[in-house]
Amino acid sequence: MSSLPPLFADWFARNGWQPHPHQLALLAAQGDVLLIAPTGGGKTLAGFLPSLVDLYLTGAQGLHTLYVSPLKALTADVARNLARPIEGMGLAISVGDRTGDTPESQRRRQRAEPPQILLTTPESLALMLSWPEAPRLFAGLRRVVLDELHALAESKRGDQLMLGLARLRNLAPGLAVTGLSATVEDPQALARFMGGARVIEADPGPVPDIAMLPTSRPPPWAGGGGRYAVRDVLDAVAQARTTIIFLNTRAQAELFLQAIWAANDDNLPIGLHHGALAREARQRVEAAMASGELRAVVATASLDLGIDWGDVDLVIQVGAPRNIKRLVQRIGRANHRYNAPSRARIVAANRFEVIECVAALEAVREGDLDGEPRGPGPLDVLIQHILLTACAGPFDAEALYAEVRSAGPYAGLSRADFDACLDFAATGGYALRAYDRWQRLLLRDGLWQLRDPRAARALRMNIGTIVEAEKLKVRRSGRGGATLGEVEESFAATLAPGDTFLLGGQVLRYDRLRELVVEVTPQPRREPRIVVYSGLKFATSTELSARMLAVIADPDRHRELPPDIRAWLDLQAEVSGIPRPGTLLCESFPRADRWHLVIYGFAGRNAHQTLGLLVTRQMEDAGLAPLGFLAMDHALLITSLLPVEDVAPLLRRPTLEQGLEDWLADSSVMKRSFRAVATIAGLIQRNLPGTRQTGRQATFSSDIIYATLRRHDPDHILLRATRDEARRGFVDFDRIGDMLSRNAHIELRRLDRVSPLAAPLLLEMGRVRLGGSGHERLAEKMAQELMVSAGLDRLEPG
Amino acid sequence: MAELRFGGATLIARRSGALWWPERRMLVVADLHLGRAERYARRGGPLLPPWDVTDTLHRLAAEIAALDPAQLVSLGDGFDDDLAAEALDPAARQLLWQLAQGRDWLWLAGNHDRRPLSDDLPGRWAPELPGPIAFRHEAGPGPDVSGHMHPVVSLAGQRWRCFVLGADHLILPAFGSYTGGLDIRDPAFRRLVPQGRAICCSQAMFTVPLPAATAARAGVRPPVPG
Repeated sequence: MSSLPPLFADWFARNGWQPHPHQLALLAAQGDVLLIAPTGGGKTLAGFLPSLVDLYLTGAQGLHTLYVSPLKALTADVARNLARPIEGMGLAISVGDRTGDTPESQRRRQRAEPPQILLTTPESLALMLSWPEAPRLFAGLRRVVLDELHALAESKRGDQLMLGLARLRNLAPGLAVTGLSATVEDPQALARFMGGARVIEADPGPVPDIAMLPTSRPPPWAGGGGRYAVRDVLDAVAQARTTIIFLNTRAQAELFLQAIWAANDDNLPIGLHHGALAREARQRVEAAMASGELRAVVATASLDLGIDWGDVDLVIQVGAPRNIKRLVQRIGRANHRYNAPSRARIVAANRFEVIECVAALEAVREGDLDGEPRGPGPLDVLIQHILLTACAGPFDAEALYAEVRSAGPYAGLSRADFDACLDFAATGGYALRAYDRWQRLLLRDGLWQLRDPRAARALRMNIGTIVEAEKLKVRRSGRGGATLGEVEESFAATLAPGDTFLLGGQVLRYDRLRELVVEVTPQPRREPRIVVYSGLKFATSTELSARMLAVIADPDRHRELPPDIRAWLDLQAEVSGIPRPGTLLCESFPRADRWHLVIYGFAGRNAHQTLGLLVTRQMEDAGLAPLGFLAMDHALLITSLLPVEDVAPLLRRPTLEQGLEDWLADSSVMKRSFRAVATIAGLIQRNLPGTRQTGRQATFSSDIIYATLRRHDPDHILLRATRDEARRGFVDFDRIGDMLSRNAHIELRRLDRVSPLAAPLLLEMGRVRLGGSGHERLAEKMAQELMVSAGLDRLEPG
Repeated sequence: MAELRFGGATLIARRSGALWWPERRMLVVADLHLGRAERYARRGGPLLPPWDVTDTLHRLAAEIAALDPAQLVSLGDGFDDDLAAEALDPAARQLLWQLAQGRDWLWLAGNHDRRPLSDDLPGRWAPELPGPIAFRHEAGPGPDVSGHMHPVVSLAGQRWRCFVLGADHLILPAFGSYTGGLDIRDPAFRRLVPQGRAICCSQAMFTVPLPAATAARAGVRPPVPG
């Protein structure tokens, strides 16, 4: 197929449309393709056009095209969007979706008689591939469309999907795969991820209209909420048709919404959307957005993906974006019409963030995106895949190894690692060979198979790579109280009866925990004492950190910054020094009977957090009596009773490595990572929604398994997988290493008082706990003292 | 170690989760669940690290070495099922015989192991041990010492096994390595112990009042995450 059949050309013309060049390019393409296009570029139609044309021309029966998306909501949306051309052209093409929400009766029908176009998710695909009839079901498959591939590639769901794709390619030779992706930093890497594909880049459309939002007041010295700019944001909302306001954390979104309501004199309808809200609440907000009832929605990463709302014409990012790629993708949420520029405004939450915002804007204008290179395909996902393969039927290890290696993430998988995964799946892979009689997989006639075919059911129940933190429902006290949302169990554990916290824009009083439900009473007009659960905190990317450092280090570039920031940096240069590439600037100064050490690492908050843990341990050993530390994206602040005289010995790489091993072994980070790895690998049964076990039959905690393995089998494959994962994610040790090798010199400035750059860090330290109004006054007073002491009061206007 | 009064006797709750009755030199443990990993494997479930029997018996051996009890009572569910008792590996079996040497070793029946044990295991078997304080698997007419419930306390994101002490019932934590836990806020505990306390198997063996609705207030509050 190469050109648009007349029926299709007429349909486009009848609707007054022109096919986009990339839609035609995709139609003409042979083999596997990765299409990079901005949102609103008719990407999904582009992905389906070849299927529609082929089905129209050949009338092929049976399952023809498989569409995989990360969101169930998207499959439903795509089904609706597909109905339009199919009905419009009178095509006889059947479309069906199959996700975790599909009713059993429909699933049975689909199994017997699949639709020509099947819409699904990675997990449902993995399930279908575990059926014994999978070879028959997929034998005639011609095309696969992978939507939002950039998002899938960021998690283990992508690895699982690629293993499934490798299977599909074997079951249906000649399969054509189309990946659809938003703008990414390295399209070739994403093409390799999908096992190799030709990259087609659509016209990126007009340059986005993006700038800092002018605010009537300068940002505060510290803090992350951006609430000082609420009125300016409201003004911008009032002038736009529909706005999405992105914040970086759920807690910030809650507080920002509260501030908006307090200032919303025009009563603009504004909603809230984040991952801790009840699903119904989120769906209500989504529906209200779609129908144009809301003027704005305050959101977190929960809206990064999802259904397109054509009416959104403004995106406001409150708080530094941390990551250029995510900023670009968020900007793309505005104006899905292809030819109109996206309009976005950024609000820096504090003065230091102004620098980050300026650096990010520059990167967006230069189209320079960031992204950490993907690690190799994780072994826990491979183990799950091996077990599910056995559910479908006996397999040959050699053939499976070859198939797995054809999946992009596993292209470099060694035979030894594959064999270790297979051994784990079969015997548990323990140094003590205890399960010879009860192996899960047996080798019979050269083929691996389940010893007990009944085990397949439990294995299928465990499909998936998303392991959520234990969550508790939050419900109004009293009989039949409405469900308001969810909080993490660890957060609920910190609550005492009478404590108040914010959720869904409401102040709630914690009453009690009853049968694993947090019961609360709404308390209008009360101040929340505690905000909300920590949520996910992204670290500023390596690329963006480097850009910030470049702006700070070069006095010529200070012109790009607002005058108050310029004056601030000038003062810092005078009193101490300016951080610059190649030299790690550290400061040591006394304040209020304590000593403070600041390391301007620019390595992101996760790496600084880890560095803080490791350095304070060494300070403890050296008798310096460390009291605590604060990790920010650009710097680490450590407080101690005695001064650090020489900082270099604290930052020696071998010492840090050793400290990391010791600390990791027993840290909650490792336990959390192990829980995820062991769950995905099927060692621990996951708590299924609605079947959460509460009795003593409840599975023993993964911590016990972790401790047992560490004691008896420290080289076990799951511990290896856990260590690999922990080093990358929250621990981010690799970035500490990079930071140390980037900076040939370490420079310690001994000061007699707090430096201008360090002052906001001390303010942050005082903000770790939120309190009532008395507490706030205290913080204000402290802030004022600090400002005077650092000489910053002179920079304040008025 | 925590001393407590129950049914007119002075008893010691050990941090290991065992109960020590000094006057009678009696050591009591609940829910060893020996062979649980083996049972999971046999049934086609996950292949857990196969050291649970070793770990459990070594902890028990440490208690026996420290106290030299005249009598040991297992409060039922000593084995995860009857087949697990048969499947015990020779080393573990030998260790059990060593530990039982020179003392009265009493296996009480549990819901996982209802039948008397085979001859190649040491000790005697009984459905329960009557007396002024009865010993049985599931709490019955008090005062009695029982297991079965696997009580745990969750506080500030951490979990500890715990003893539950009321007027009529003393419930022991599970001693076995691979045993889950039932939170003391579960209504099942409220029925058995309307008022009392939970003694946690933590370093300091701190106490939490029951009913557990008030437990959170008694807990130490950690700093709010920033």
